Amino acid sequence: MTTGVTGGAASGAVGGASAPRRVLVIGAGPGGYPAAFQAAHLGMDVTLVDPEPNPGGVCLYRGCIPSKALLHIAGLLHETDAAADWGIHFERPAIDLDQVRDWKGRVVGRMTGGLGVLTKQRRVRYLQGRARLTGPTHAVVELVEGGDQALDFDYAVLATGSRPSVIPSLLPESPLVMDSTSALELPEVPATLLVVGGGYIGLELGSVYAALGSRVTVVEMTAGLLPGADRDLVQPLQRRLEKEFEEILLETRVDAMREQGGGIEVTLGGASVEQPLRRFDRALVSVGRRPNSEGLGLESTRVRVDARGFIEVDAQRRTAEPTIFAVGDVAGEPMLAHKATHEGRVAADAIAGLPVAFEPSAIPAVVFTDPEIAWTGLSEVEAHERGVEVDVLRYPWVASGRATTLGRGGEGVTKLLVDARSERVLGVGITGAGAGELIAEATLAIEMGARVEDLRQTIHAHPTLSETLMEAADLFTNSSPHYVDRRRERARGGQAGAG
Amino acid sequence: MAIEFALPELGEGIEEADVLKVLVAPGDAVAVEQGVIEVETEKATLEVPAPAAGTIGEVRVASGETIRVGQVIVTIEDAGAGAPFAAEQPAASAGTPSAAEQPAPAPAAAPPEPAPALAVEAAPAPAAEAPAPPPPSPPAPAAAPAPPPPASAPPAAAPAPALPAAASSDSTPVFAAPSVRTFAREIGVDIREVAGSGPGGRISVDDVKRHARSQPGGGGAAATPAPAGAAALPDLARWGEVERLPMSRVRRTTADTIARSWQSPHVTLFQKADVTELEALRRRYRERVTRAGGGNLTMVAILLSVCASALKQHPRINAAVDVAAQQIAYRQYVHIGVAVDTERGLLVPVVRDADQKNVTELSAELGELSAKARDGKLGLDEMRGGSFTISNLGGLGTGFFTPILNPPEVGILGVGRATTEAVWDAEAGAFGPRLLLPLSLSFDHRIVDGADGARFLSWVVEALEQPLLLALEG
Repeated sequence: MTTGVTGGAASGAVGGASAPRRVLVIGAGPGGYPAAFQAAHLGMDVTLVDPEPNPGGVCLYRGCIPSKALLHIAGLLHETDAAADWGIHFERPAIDLDQVRDWKGRVVGRMTGGLGVLTKQRRVRYLQGRARLTGPTHAVVELVEGGDQALDFDYAVLATGSRPSVIPSLLPESPLVMDSTSALELPEVPATLLVVGGGYIGLELGSVYAALGSRVTVVEMTAGLLPGADRDLVQPLQRRLEKEFEEILLETRVDAMREQGGGIEVTLGGASVEQPLRRFDRALVSVGRRPNSEGLGLESTRVRVDARGFIEVDAQRRTAEPTIFAVGDVAGEPMLAHKATHEGRVAADAIAGLPVAFEPSAIPAVVFTDPEIAWTGLSEVEAHERGVEVDVLRYPWVASGRATTLGRGGEGVTKLLVDARSERVLGVGITGAGAGELIAEATLAIEMGARVEDLRQTIHAHPTLSETLMEAADLFTNSSPHYVDRRRERARGGQAGAG
Repeated sequence: MAIEFALPELGEGIEEADVLKVLVAPGDAVAVEQGVIEVETEKATLEVPAPAAGTIGEVRVASGETIRVGQVIVTIEDAGAGAPFAAEQPAASAGTPSAAEQPAPAPAAAPPEPAPALAVEAAPAPAAEAPAPPPPSPPAPAAAPAPPPPASAPPAAAPAPALPAAASSDSTPVFAAPSVRTFAREIGVDIREVAGSGPGGRISVDDVKRHARSQPGGGGAAATPAPAGAAALPDLARWGEVERLPMSRVRRTTADTIARSWQSPHVTLFQKADVTELEALRRRYRERVTRAGGGNLTMVAILLSVCASALKQHPRINAAVDVAAQQIAYRQYVHIGVAVDTERGLLVPVVRDADQKNVTELSAELGELSAKARDGKLGLDEMRGGSFTISNLGGLGTGFFTPILNPPEVGILGVGRATTEAVWDAEAGAFGPRLLLPLSLSFDHRIVDGADGARFLSWVVEALEQPLLLALEG
C-alpha cells in the first residue's frame, strides 16, 4: 500500500497555490520533533516516525530528563548531609526505590505525553514504527502495531540520534552490567558499583548511585575526569567526587571482566594500579555514544556517512542527497540535545526555502553533577590547541556572597576567555551550583558579540551567582570590588593560560 | 628556542588571506626566507617566508583555510634568530625525538568543532527542485535610505550544492548578533566580508547595509547600478545541468573593482595609428634591445614610453577625482599599469616612474612583471598606485573595444591588433599598404572633457606615427 502523505496540514502556506510540501521526519527526539513542529508551523504536511508511543527520544525517555530527575534527588540528599554543618540534623533518609522510580516515570510521562498532545495540535501525523528510506523521496515504515506503510515525501529529515557504545569484552549482555539506559531504570542500589568511563554520563549516574548509597569506583582511561574539558573547571568537582566516591582511578583500563558469584570481577590495568583484581556488585559502562546511521536505507540515496558513522551535512544540514537533511547526534558532534533542536529548526526552515544556516558562535555544554560544570564557546583547551590568543579572567566563588550563603563558596569558579584585540568574549566556563543556568547569559553574550565591557556594565542582581560573570569581567581591568588577582598581568601577546 | 610564527602584515588594509598551499611539514628544516605557506590575498599570491632557520614543529594552518594577520602559521623549533641556514642542520634535527613527538600535521590541527559558519553562500540557497519555493519576503528594514534588499526577489530554486561539512575552517565566530547574521544572509551578503564599525570591530545591521551598497550587483551582472546585495539568479538548473564553483578572491576583487568603476561615467574614443614605420624600427632595433638586457621589445613597451610622455603633457589624464573633497588630485609621478591575463585572472602590475625610463628599461621591466604575474609571484604593492592603464587585447585578435577604468585612475588605453590596410596616399595619388593599430581611449568624463581626451589620444597617435616627435617633445 502506498499512501501519499497529503492532506492533514493546512495547505497552501508554503507552496503557494500548489500542494504543501510533504516532509517525513525520522526520529522524534529533541532534533526530530522540533523539526516536525517547525515544518508544520510553516504549513508543510508532516509525518513523524518513532518507535516510542510519543515523541521525546532518548533525551526524554532514557537521557536528559530522567537523569535530571534522579540528580535532583541526589542533590537533595547532599543538602541534607550538608545541613548538619548548619545546625539542622536529619535522620538518615529511608529510600523507597519503587517510589523513586515511579516519580521519575511520572516526570517522563508528563513530558512525553505533553509532546503527544502537541503533535496532534500541530496536525503532525505520528507513526509509531521504524522508517527506512527506499529512495530519495520514498520510505517504508515498519509499524509497531504490525504491517508496513510506504510513504512518498518531498523532503526527509533524519534525526535518529545515537546509542551507547558497546565494548564486547565488557559483557554487554550481562544483567549485572548496565549502560546509561538500564542504569536509569534503577534496578537496585548495589552496595558496590564500578563505573567504566569518567565522562559526563558516568559521573552523573555515578553521583546518583553514590547518593542513594552505593560505593562507587570510577575507572577512566585518560589522565583526568571529563576529558576535553578545561582542568580548572573539573578540579572542584573532582575534589568533591573524591569524597563521595569510593575511588577514582585515572589512567586505568579494564583489561578483563567476568561474572563471578552474583557479582562482577574485573582486572584493572595501568601504571598506578596497585590491586588489579576487584569485585563489584554491578558495573555501569559509559564509554561514549555512537550515531544511529545504520539500517536507515541510506544506500538507496546519495547520503554520505563519514568514518565515525556521522551523516555528512552542509550548513543547512542538507546531506549529499538534496531532498534529505540530517540533524542531531546522527549529524555530528557535539552530541547534545539543544544542538539537535536548533539544527532541526534550521533544517525545517531550509526546506521552506528560508535563508538559514546552522552557525552558532557558542554551544553550551553542561555536566549536571554537583557542583555543575558548564562551558560555552571557546574553551581554554581549544584556545591553546588552535593558537588563539586569549586573556583568561578567572573569578573564584570564594569571593561570591551568594555562593557562601549556599555553603558552596569554595566550590566554584567563573572564567571568561576574552579576545585580547577586540576585547570580545569568546568563551566562558563555570563550575558551581547552578552553572547550567548561569551559562545561558554567557552564551547570549557570545552570540551577540558582547565585549568584556558590556558584561561589566550590565547590572547583575545582588546577591546572586550571576554576579560572578560581571565580576570576572571586572578582572579585565582588575577592578573587581571583591577580588584582586595579584598574579594577573595584562601583558598582551601572552598565550592562552597566561592570564 | 622555539618560536611561533604568525602571519605577518601583508600590506595596508589586508587582514586576511586564503592559504593556497602549505609548503612545509612538521620535522622539515627551513632556512631564513624560505617559503612556509603560499597565500592568496585580494590581488596577489605570495609566499610567506620563514623569519628564522630551524625545524618546523607544528603546522597550524591547512590549505583552503582563511587566516588572519597575527594567526600562528607554524612553530619553528631550534630557531636560530635569523641565522643563515646551515647545511648540516636538517640531518641533526630531523632525528631528534622532539621532532618525532610533534603533534599530527595540518589536518589534525583543524578546529574540532563542526565548522560553524561554513561557506554561507552569498545567494540564499533554499530547497531543491520540487514545489515552487515561497518568497521569503525578507523583513524590509524600515526607512532604509537606499533600499538594501532586492525587492523580495524569491530566492532561486536552484538546489543548494550539497557540500560536505567542515568546508570552511575559519574558526573565529562572526562578530555579529544572530539577527544581524540573518539579515546579511537575507540580502545576500557574506557577513565575513563586512567590516564592523562597532567597538572592537562588532558588525551592526548598518554595517551590513553599507557593505551591500558598496557591492553593486553583488557578484552577479554588474549591469544595474547598485542594487544592494546580490540579485538572486533565476533557477538555471531548470534549463539544464549547472555546476557551481566558488569565485576566487581575485575574481571577486575584480568583480568589485569593475562594478565600482562602472559608476564613473566613461567615454571611449577610437583612433587608428599608422605604425608602419614604427614597426619597421621595432624590428630593426629589437635585437639591440635584447642584447642590452631589455628582453623582447614589444609594441606595448613602446606604448608605455609614448603614454608616459603623453601623460606628462596632459596632466589631467594622470589625475584622480576626490569627490568628497571636491578636488582634483594631480599626480606628480607617472606609474602605468599593464593588464596581464593570467590563469588566476586579470592582474595589473604597475611600472613605476615610466616617464623616467627609456624604452629598453621599460621593456625589461615589463617582461619581468608579466612573468611574475603569470607565476603568481607579484607582490601587492607591485599592483598598486597606478595612474593610468594600458590593456592590450591585440594578441587575441581584438580590434577596437571599450576598456573600463581601473579606479581611481581616470584613463585607460586599449590596444587592438594592428592590421595592414589600404590607405590613400594623397602625395603619391594612390592607395598604399599601411599597418594600422587600433587604439581605444576610455576616460572619466567627470574631469576629462571629450576634447581633452581627443587631444591626448591624437598626441599618442602622432607620437607613434612620427617617432622622432618623442625625442623632440617627450
